[in-house]
Amino acid sequence: MKARHRRFAWIGAGVAVLGVAVALVLNAFQSNLVFFFTPTQVAQKEAPQGRPFRIGGLVEEGSLKRTPNSVDVTFVVTDTAQRVPVVYSGLLPDLFKEGKGVVAQGSLGSDGKFRATEVLAKHDENYMPPEAAHAIDQAQKGQGVSLSTLKESP
Amino acid sequence: MIPELGHFALILALLVAIAQGVLPMIGAQRRDAALMAIARPAAHAQFLLVAFAFGCLAWSFATADFSVELVAQHANSQLPLHYRLAATWGSHEGSLLLWVLMLTGWATAVSLRSRNLPAALLARVLAVMGLVSVGFLLFLLFTSNPFLRLIPAAPEGRDLNPLLQDPGMVIHPPMLYMGYVGFSVAFAFSIAALLGGKLDATWARWSRPWTTAAWSFLSIGIALGSWWAYYELGWGGWWFWDPVENASFMPWLIGTALLHSLAVTEKRGTFKSWTVLLAIIAFSLSLLGTFLVRSGVLTSVHAFATDPTRGVFILVFLAIVIGGSLTLYAVRAGAVGGGAGFAPVSRESLLLANNVLLVVACASVLLGTLYPLFLDALNLGKISVGPPYFDAVFVPLMAPLVFLMGVGPVASWRRAELPDLWTRLRWALAVAVVTSLLLPFALGRWSPLIAFGLFLALWVIAATAALVIQRLRQSPQPGLFAKLAANSAAWYGMILAHLGIAVFIIGVTLVKGYEIEQNLTMTPGQTVRVGDYDFTFRGVTPVNGPNYSGFAGAIEMRRDGKLREVLRPEKRIYNASGMPMTEAAIDTGFFGDRYVSLGEPVSEKGHEGAWVMRVYIKPFVDWIWGGCLLMALGGFIAMTDRRYRLKVKDRIAAMAGAAA
Repeated sequence: MKARHRRFAWIGAGVAVLGVAVALVLNAFQSNLVFFFTPTQVAQKEAPQGRPFRIGGLVEEGSLKRTPNSVDVTFVVTDTAQRVPVVYSGLLPDLFKEGKGVVAQGSLGSDGKFRATEVLAKHDENYMPPEAAHAIDQAQKGQGVSLSTLKESP
Repeated sequence: MIPELGHFALILALLVAIAQGVLPMIGAQRRDAALMAIARPAAHAQFLLVAFAFGCLAWSFATADFSVELVAQHANSQLPLHYRLAATWGSHEGSLLLWVLMLTGWATAVSLRSRNLPAALLARVLAVMGLVSVGFLLFLLFTSNPFLRLIPAAPEGRDLNPLLQDPGMVIHPPMLYMGYVGFSVAFAFSIAALLGGKLDATWARWSRPWTTAAWSFLSIGIALGSWWAYYELGWGGWWFWDPVENASFMPWLIGTALLHSLAVTEKRGTFKSWTVLLAIIAFSLSLLGTFLVRSGVLTSVHAFATDPTRGVFILVFLAIVIGGSLTLYAVRAGAVGGGAGFAPVSRESLLLANNVLLVVACASVLLGTLYPLFLDALNLGKISVGPPYFDAVFVPLMAPLVFLMGVGPVASWRRAELPDLWTRLRWALAVAVVTSLLLPFALGRWSPLIAFGLFLALWVIAATAALVIQRLRQSPQPGLFAKLAANSAAWYGMILAHLGIAVFIIGVTLVKGYEIEQNLTMTPGQTVRVGDYDFTFRGVTPVNGPNYSGFAGAIEMRRDGKLREVLRPEKRIYNASGMPMTEAAIDTGFFGDRYVSLGEPVSEKGHEGAWVMRVYIKPFVDWIWGGCLLMALGGFIAMTDRRYRLKVKDRIAAMAGAAA
C-alpha cells in the first residue's frame, strides 16, 4: 500500500469510528434526556404521558403518608401554585422532609399521580435543589403576573 | 497570630511564584544560566511557604480556633481531632490551598529528580508550573482566602458535613488532587517542549514517569470516591455518572490515552504532537474538573457557596491556560515534526485505536456533563442526562478498547502479521470464549450481557497470560528467575494494570448481573430471606457518638441456618447540624458484600416498632475497587523502571547499544 492510500485508510477508519460514536451519542441522547417540569406545567398538561421526566418543588406540609408495614409512601410536590401527588416505593433519602425542596424522577400515570422511580438525595440540608427553586420561582412569578392583571382589570 | 502568619506566607509564595514563572522563562529564551538557575530554589521556597501556610490552617483547625471564619464554618469542638484536621481540605478555600500545596510539591519533586535534565528544559518546566501556581494563588488570595477572621469569634463552630466525616473522605481529596495536579507536570513538559522546539524520545522518557505517577494517584482517588459513595450514601451504588464523578473521570480517560501515546513517542518517536496535545487536554480537564466541582456550578457535596467573582476569575483563568496553550500548540506543533511510519496492523496502530476510542469516550462524557449546563445557562430548559445515556454510549466504546487491549501488547512495533497474532492468541481466545459461555451457568443465570462482560475480562487475562508465557519462553536466559528478571519493571507494571482492568470488569459484570436489592419493612423478630441469606431483625438500640446520637439496628445474618454475622446499620442525627445520616452495615467478603441500610421507623410504636430498610446482596463488588488498585499499583511499579533513572551518559550508551 502506498503512503497516500494508507493515509486515506487511516482517515476512513477514523471517520468510521467517529460516525459510530456520533450515532451512538445521538441515539442515546434522544432516548435518555430527562426533561424537567414544574407542578404548574404538569397541571397545564405540558408534561409527557408515559415518558419519564422530573418534577421538583416543595414537599407539602402534612402530605407525607406511609402505607403501614410496607415501603410505599405518598406525598405531594407543590410549587406553591399547583400540587402533584407522588407515589413512591422505597427508602426516602436522609434529607427528605416536609416543607423542604425535592426532585423526583418518574412518569405520570393516567390517574394524574406521579409514579416516582427515584427521589433524589441531596448532600446538604440547607441546599435547595436548583430545579425545585426554579419551579417555585416560576410559580411565584406566574402568580405575580396574574395578581397585577387582576388589579388592573376594572 | 498563626492565621496571619499563614496569610503572609501565602502572599510571599505568590511573589516567589511570579519570580519562578517569569525569570527562568526569560533565562531559557536568552540562554542566561543565572536566570535559569532561579527556577530550582524558587520552586523549593514556594513549596516551603505554601506548606507553612497549609500547616497554619491545619493548626487553626486542630486547635478549633473559631475566630477563623473557615474553621467556624467547617469544624466543631465536638468533632474528633482527625476529622478536624481533615476538615482543613473539606472546604472550598482549604481544598484550593491543598491544590497549590500539591502543585508546589510536584514542582519540587521535579526539580529534585531531574538533575540530568537540560537546564533550559528544566527552567521552562518549573516556570510553567510557577505560572499555574500564580493563577491559583491569586485566586486563593483574592476570592477564597482561607485565613479570613471572624470578629467577634464564634463561640462554637458549625460542623463538618457529616457525609465527609469518614476515613475514606479523609484521603480521597489528597489522592484525587495528586492526580489532577500531577498532570501539570506532563503539561509543563509539553509547553516547555513546544517553547524549546525540541521534542524527542528522551523528552518522552522524562515526562513518562511523572504522567504515570499522576495517573496512578488519580486512579486511587477516583476509586476511593466511588467506594465512599457505595458505603456512605446508603444506596449501594458505586458509580452514578454524576457530573462531579465525570469531572474526575474525564482527565483519567485522557490521562490513560496519554500514557499509551507517550509509550509510542518514547519507543518509536511517533505521535509526538498528538502526545503534546493530550498532555494539554489532560491538564485542562483537570482544571475544568476542579473548577466545575468547586465553583458551585454543579451542586453536590463538593460544591460550596457560590460567588460570582469566583466564577468570572475561573472562566478567565481557564481561558488563559487552555486558550494560551492551544494557541502555542497551533503555532509550534509543526516544528515538533512527525516520526517513523507504521503499518495498518502494528502496535502503533493498535495504540492509535486505543487513543481514538478513549478520546471519543471522553468527548461523549464531556457532552453529557456539559450539555445540561449549557441549556440551563442559555435558558433553554432544564434537562438531566442520566446513567442510561452514559451506559448506552460508554459500553459500546469500551468493549472494542478492551478487546484490543489483549492484542496490543502482543503485536510488534512497526508491522505485525495477522497470521502471527492469530497463532499467538488463538488459545487465549478459545479459553475466553468457552469459559465465558459456561461460567454464567455455574454462577446461577445465563444472560448475553454477563457472558459478554466475562468474555472481555477473561480475554484480557488469557491474552496477557499468553504474552507472559511467550515472552518467558523466548528469552535466552537460563532458569526461570533469570528469565523473569530480564523483563523491565515497566513491562510488569503494564501487565498488572491490564489485569486490573480485567478484575474491574469482572466486578462490574457480576454485580450488575447478579445483585439483589430489596426494600422492606421489618418488625423486631421478623426474618426475611434475600438471596441465600436469612436476615433476622432484632430491633434497634440507642447509640451516642462524640458529635451525634441515633439508633443502631441489630440484624442477624444466617446462611443455611448458621449465624454468619450480626450487622449493625445506624441512623444518626448530628448534633451541630441536625443532619440525619444513614450509616450502612456491610459484611465484606472476597466473593461479594451483604449490605444493610436503615431507613426510618414506620409504625406508631416509634423506634421500637417496624423499620424500613434496604438489603443488598452485591456479588464481587469489591473487585471493582480491587481492579482500580491493581491499575494504580501497576503504574507505581512501572515508574520504578531503571531506564527512567539512568544518567544521561548511560542513556546515550544504552541508545548506542540499542542502535547497534
